[in-house]
Amino acid sequence: MILYFLRRFLGFAATLFIAAVVIFVLLDLLPGDPARFILGINASADAVASLRAQMGLDAPAHERFFSWVGGMLQGDFGVSHTQRRDVAGLIAERLSVTLPLTVVAMVLSVAIGLPLGILAARRRGKATDTGLMVLAQVGIAVPNFWFGMLLSLLFAVTLRWLPTGGFTPWNEDFWAAARGMVLPGLALALPQASILARVMRTALVDVTGQDFIRTARAKGMTTGEAVWRHGVRNALLPVLTILGLQFAFLVAGTIIVENVFYLPGLGRLIYTAISERDLILVRSATIVLVLVVSLVSLIVDLTYALVDPRLRRGDA
Amino acid sequence: MIKTKSLGLTLTALLLATSAALAQSTEIRIGVALEPPALDPTAGAAEAIDVVVYQNVFEGLTRVDQNGAVQPGLAESWTVSDDGLTYTFKLHDGVTFHDGTSFDAEDVKFTFERILAEDSVNAQKALYAPIASVNVIDPLTVEFTLSRPDGMFLFNLGRGDAVIVAPESAENNANEPIGTGPFHFVQWDRGSRVVLEQNGAYWGEKPALTKATYRFIGDTATLTNALLAGDVDGTNNFAPEALAVFEGNPQFKVLVGSTEGETILGTNNAKEPFSDLRVRQAMAHALNRQEIIDGATYGYGVAIGTHFAPQHPYYLDLTETYPYDPEAAKALLAEAGYPDGFSATMKLPPVAYARLSGQIIASQFAEVGIKVELINTEWAQWLEDVLTNKDFDLTVISHVEPFDVGIYADPNYYFGYNNADLQALNEQLNATTDDGKRKELAQQIQTIISEDAVNGYLFELAQTGVWNAKLEGMWQNSPIEGVVLRDIRWVD
Repeated sequence: MILYFLRRFLGFAATLFIAAVVIFVLLDLLPGDPARFILGINASADAVASLRAQMGLDAPAHERFFSWVGGMLQGDFGVSHTQRRDVAGLIAERLSVTLPLTVVAMVLSVAIGLPLGILAARRRGKATDTGLMVLAQVGIAVPNFWFGMLLSLLFAVTLRWLPTGGFTPWNEDFWAAARGMVLPGLALALPQASILARVMRTALVDVTGQDFIRTARAKGMTTGEAVWRHGVRNALLPVLTILGLQFAFLVAGTIIVENVFYLPGLGRLIYTAISERDLILVRSATIVLVLVVSLVSLIVDLTYALVDPRLRRGDA
Repeated sequence: MIKTKSLGLTLTALLLATSAALAQSTEIRIGVALEPPALDPTAGAAEAIDVVVYQNVFEGLTRVDQNGAVQPGLAESWTVSDDGLTYTFKLHDGVTFHDGTSFDAEDVKFTFERILAEDSVNAQKALYAPIASVNVIDPLTVEFTLSRPDGMFLFNLGRGDAVIVAPESAENNANEPIGTGPFHFVQWDRGSRVVLEQNGAYWGEKPALTKATYRFIGDTATLTNALLAGDVDGTNNFAPEALAVFEGNPQFKVLVGSTEGETILGTNNAKEPFSDLRVRQAMAHALNRQEIIDGATYGYGVAIGTHFAPQHPYYLDLTETYPYDPEAAKALLAEAGYPDGFSATMKLPPVAYARLSGQIIASQFAEVGIKVELINTEWAQWLEDVLTNKDFDLTVISHVEPFDVGIYADPNYYFGYNNADLQALNEQLNATTDDGKRKELAQQIQTIISEDAVNGYLFELAQTGVWNAKLEGMWQNSPIEGVVLRDIRWVD
């Protein structure tokens, strides 16, 4: 058991280190100079050179790598080149939008996806099942930015119930901030809910055919009771795996929806930083994402081990 | 009873409506596409910085008005010596910075010494190079000594790059700008908005607005929705392809005006085959400007035949120097030794006008035998390849600085254009202060670069603002980068 945890933890640390090296090297190879970007096309070469020196860009690559990693180990993520601000603060600010948005989208997708998946499985082969699965297919196929635009047209432009986008900081007006999460949350949740509904249906259909359900039926339960008490719990394992992946996808992959609803999220921060060649910010923000995603998968792995004793034997 | 109740409701509704109208009447929310990377206009070239702070938060000794003329700013008056080398500025009395510190001649001296310092990161440092020294005569009088006369000096003092900053706050201006302007900085929610409020202690005439919020909305469709839903009150420059939504809508006014953005087919004059004048002339003949303007700017661009803004009093219409004539183009190419044309690459930055122009030019060039490969780049890569390394054949770009024809006198600039006569003329122009003579020289320069077909001259970018119909006082034209709030007000 301890060996299992230790092994998983070492894997986690190695992932982070390799990611740091890859991120650093790739970004260093990218053409483009942040100093030139800041000063524009009419700036003289010596102004650009002084800015490069001020930003510490003229040091050799290995020195910059170790000062970056060393700084992070001490909790210092550096100062953004273009924004001239503490990177840790910038990321924390954006996480206060991206994390709640992710959670809203996850909750919505579970609340919509799981019941529909269970319903479809229970009505397998009937019109309800077919209808729901067609809907789910559409939900996966519809691009979420387009769905977002439609939501905004209906609820913001026509009905004026909700804002077209933007974000009010939580401490300024909690309800305004929460209202701002509704439409983007829905837009993000739709494809996720569709995927969850399909996975849930398939998993439940598989489980329903297994021996332990027959045993439960033989003990006198109705099919409904047997599926509910034994089937759903067992079918949740693949659903959990998908949820873990979805979380990672949502944290890093919300950029298009953030653009549609002009939300100051992490995705947009990274996108802008890349186009401005704000390398220090891109590196540190990417490492934070790697950290969050690896942490989630570490936690999922450890939870599996607790839930399923078979995984704990040294073979995992 | 029921009647009374409904009357009461109506009254409440009326009251609510009135208070909403009142609450709205001194505040404005402006949607802008690009978020500034920082808020210090003296340490960055991004137009987005000036859009928020120029003349709102920060002021210079002079200011540029909406017609492009120089007006007094923090300097209430000035005198110029006969040789054009000494400028003496009388400063306004009783001006304070937003943090309460007072403004005086020492701040002016500090500002310009910071611009000219060895380690300066001012994007336009070169414009201020003629300044030899800044002397404080008394707290309200400051004297500039120039090493050579400079006809653009007073205009350049009015640019965002030369706004007056205080030694106490200059270091933090990127994040917390402290100026002397009619609005002071309140907060910046990154990725979302910047909030400015009226400066109660402003030395000049108080603006009508008490609060201005800039919201950053990059996506055109989203900005359209935000305007339609009333989440923002206007935008200074809206994508021309979507303007039709607002034209003819009585709730909005569309302001079409001029900018200082000459859009050119940037050409690498230092490289074969573009070093051959006949090749450049052939390319100029192959360009059908109107088709490019219609396709790339939806008809809003204004044709130019040289690198100069058409609304400027010095402008010379040279659009007919090389009229559209594919046959003449083919003949010139054959004469230059390329009877079957040649192949070239065109690197395009990530802006709609450039990408669209590039595609149209490629098909126009194909007709005369020039095969163009389009390469789309990001900004940072474009700057590195084209500007820094000069590793390009052709590009499309808008030069948005006012009166920037001087770039043709720099042989190291990315055009690679080296003409000693033009360099001499430009030096003469810089050193001339007489308006009539300046005009003559500027027109000679325009003619030379047009005839030399240094670049393909395409169009002047238009400014296309969309505003709530009840707003007044916005600048229709953009003679300098910025969204100046001082005259904007709500009217009924």
